[in-house]
Amino acid sequence: MVTADLWDVAAEVTDPEMPMLTLADLGVLRAVERDGGRIVATITPTYAGCPALDAMAADLRSTLGAYGEVEVKVTLTPPWTTDLISDEGRRKLAEAGVAPPAHIGPRSTGPVPLALAAPPKRVTCPRCGSAETEELSRFGPTACTALRRCRACAEPFEHMKDI
Amino acid sequence: MNHTEENVYDALAEADHEGRWAYGAGFDETVVEVTAPAPEGVDRDDLAAYCLMLGDDALVASQRLSEWATNAPELEEEVALANIALDLLGQARMLLSRAGHLGAAERFRTDATAAALSDEDVLAYFRDDRFFRNVTLTEADLGDFGRTMAWILVFSSWRLALMTELRGSADPVLAAVAAKAVPELAYQREYAAGWVVRLGDGTAYSHERMQAGLDDVWPFVPELFLPHPVETRLVEAGVAVDPAALKASVDGDLAQVLPVATLTEPTRPAVGLVGGRGGRDGVHTEALGRVLAVMQSLARAHPGATW
Repeated sequence: MVTADLWDVAAEVTDPEMPMLTLADLGVLRAVERDGGRIVATITPTYAGCPALDAMAADLRSTLGAYGEVEVKVTLTPPWTTDLISDEGRRKLAEAGVAPPAHIGPRSTGPVPLALAAPPKRVTCPRCGSAETEELSRFGPTACTALRRCRACAEPFEHMKDI
Repeated sequence: MNHTEENVYDALAEADHEGRWAYGAGFDETVVEVTAPAPEGVDRDDLAAYCLMLGDDALVASQRLSEWATNAPELEEEVALANIALDLLGQARMLLSRAGHLGAAERFRTDATAAALSDEDVLAYFRDDRFFRNVTLTEADLGDFGRTMAWILVFSSWRLALMTELRGSADPVLAAVAAKAVPELAYQREYAAGWVVRLGDGTAYSHERMQAGLDDVWPFVPELFLPHPVETRLVEAGVAVDPAALKASVDGDLAQVLPVATLTEPTRPAVGLVGGRGGRDGVHTEALGRVLAVMQSLARAHPGATW
């Protein structure tokens, strides 16, 4: 199997905690290469402590294992941000009831100011589309989500934190 | 091979040929950056010691925060504290792996440690307290929820300022770890600042408890800004950040939060130094021994155990 096809195979592996997203949608699959007889897949963690990384690596080894010996490498650079989630990934998140992150754009290289009086984040409800939502918890069931509630339809939902 | 047809337990066994570690990382993928050699002209032992310092700060802080599991006042806060602990554990793992790659784990590898243990596990589980290089703030008792929030506010403000500068380090691993850490720490600082304001500017009772928590954390703050000789040498090499230079940033954050929270800057004197030596030299408070006993006892009783 040629390298380009191997990428397609690896790209279909799903995230263990966000199974509606493939590793490619999430933007964590960096490269799939042939190194002699071996297949080397390179991924990057979302959060430094993301426990799903181990499961992603195991799933990649299992899926690509049909085509040869697999090595999974992890790279930290450039660091992952939610800006790397594809448009397709954002659509799938919203469909699954998870509000996608906002685009952050280029990151400042200077100090990060502490904004105590920052205006509340505007997040649209993935179910009814209302912008009238509020934060329930800054941290959610996975490292990458926060919990919110819609004031219009009263449904709670997860929001993928912009980071 | 169709993955979906496999028994889920087969998949687990397949992923880890020798079963899963009963503790520790259970993670053997190569982090590409960790294996880079020390930058030219940079002393390998100094770099290893510096990685241990920053790694131990995160590891011990993470272990302390995980004490809140099943004890937090609300489920949301429990999840928050566990997430913060997890972020810090991630930083610790990269930094301890880097220290291990530079040779820091070898002296702690004995017959009692399983030969297959990763460097990060050897450093986390088979080092005694006098070899830990964390600042004593990270080992301090977290006390009640208010004190924990003061502790996270101080720690994350300080570590955020440090990591912000460290993104420009001449060591590619430190620069990469720092780049990942910055947004995570900024999020943690915002979380803690929110609670410090809410409790400080809350009821008379919550104000009193919040002020007491801040007072308890205060004696550990001056040590954060004391440069260790290793740091001083690595600052010259363009690798490390001078801790003294972080004070303005931390002061700035606190000057923003404390008035809004109606809290007063404490006046308690510094603790933690013995003959000018502190956590960075392996001179710790009594608390670290207890933290490590909880963290290390299983690994030491059953080295290399799997389940």
